Amino acid sequence: MSNNKLGMWVFLGSECLLFGGLISTFLLYKGRIGEGDIGPELFDIPFTSVSSFVLLMSSLTMVLAVSAIERGDHRSLRVWLAGTAALGSVFIAGQVYEFTAFYREGLGYTTNLFGSAFYTLTGLHGIHVTVGIIMLVTLIILSVRGQLAQNRSETVEIIGLYWHFVDIVWIIIFAVVYLIP
Amino acid sequence: MIALFLAVITLLEVSTYWPLEEAWTDGFGLGVDILVPTLLLLMVVKFWTVTWFFMHLRFDSRFLTMVFYFGLALAAAVYIATLATFEFWS
Repeated sequence: MSNNKLGMWVFLGSECLLFGGLISTFLLYKGRIGEGDIGPELFDIPFTSVSSFVLLMSSLTMVLAVSAIERGDHRSLRVWLAGTAALGSVFIAGQVYEFTAFYREGLGYTTNLFGSAFYTLTGLHGIHVTVGIIMLVTLIILSVRGQLAQNRSETVEIIGLYWHFVDIVWIIIFAVVYLIP
Repeated sequence: MIALFLAVITLLEVSTYWPLEEAWTDGFGLGVDILVPTLLLLMVVKFWTVTWFFMHLRFDSRFLTMVFYFGLALAAAVYIATLATFEFWS
């Protein structure tokens, strides 16, 4: 068994604790909205659904990238990695738009407990996605430089594990934060 | 095929918001609110599908599955206890 892969899985296990804490904090503070205050009514579910779908499709492109490096197809690898990074960037752009829209509507980070919990949870997830995008771009650069040989396909697979984890955290956030009334 | 399956599940999740919200809260005529249990079930199905197929847990060593799900179970136990402490369900 690869130590690198085991290390990533242990890290992802610890990330479950991190996001579990933030999600449970959100659940506790979800209803802490003063009378006449701003809350979940701001959510634009159709818009967030499209964002969720974009992130889900980025997991597909990541799987295709891993498959490409395992075949030794570097051109396809770069295409799928770029596609994954692009879809991730679209998701982040959607998050930035959503945050600015909410802020304009009056929901700031310190407006109420709901706002603080929401922005902390989704903001930290967004930071994780951004770090993932940086790692994907790094992989593309390594591939262009010829430093990502077929026998190093595990490197791409390990980055892929991180990316898929970021996706499954959003699966939980989308259901718990946005959909469940 | 897996991606298509996940897309269909996502569509089902969104249908609980529109256009079938009333149908879900009515249990499709059964008079039982199945909205929240359905959303939780769909969330679990998507979670498991991505970990099992996209993250290759199905094809990798069982030890890796145990490591990840141990972390997940520990997180779930700790935070269910936290929510119970704050009387979240009452």
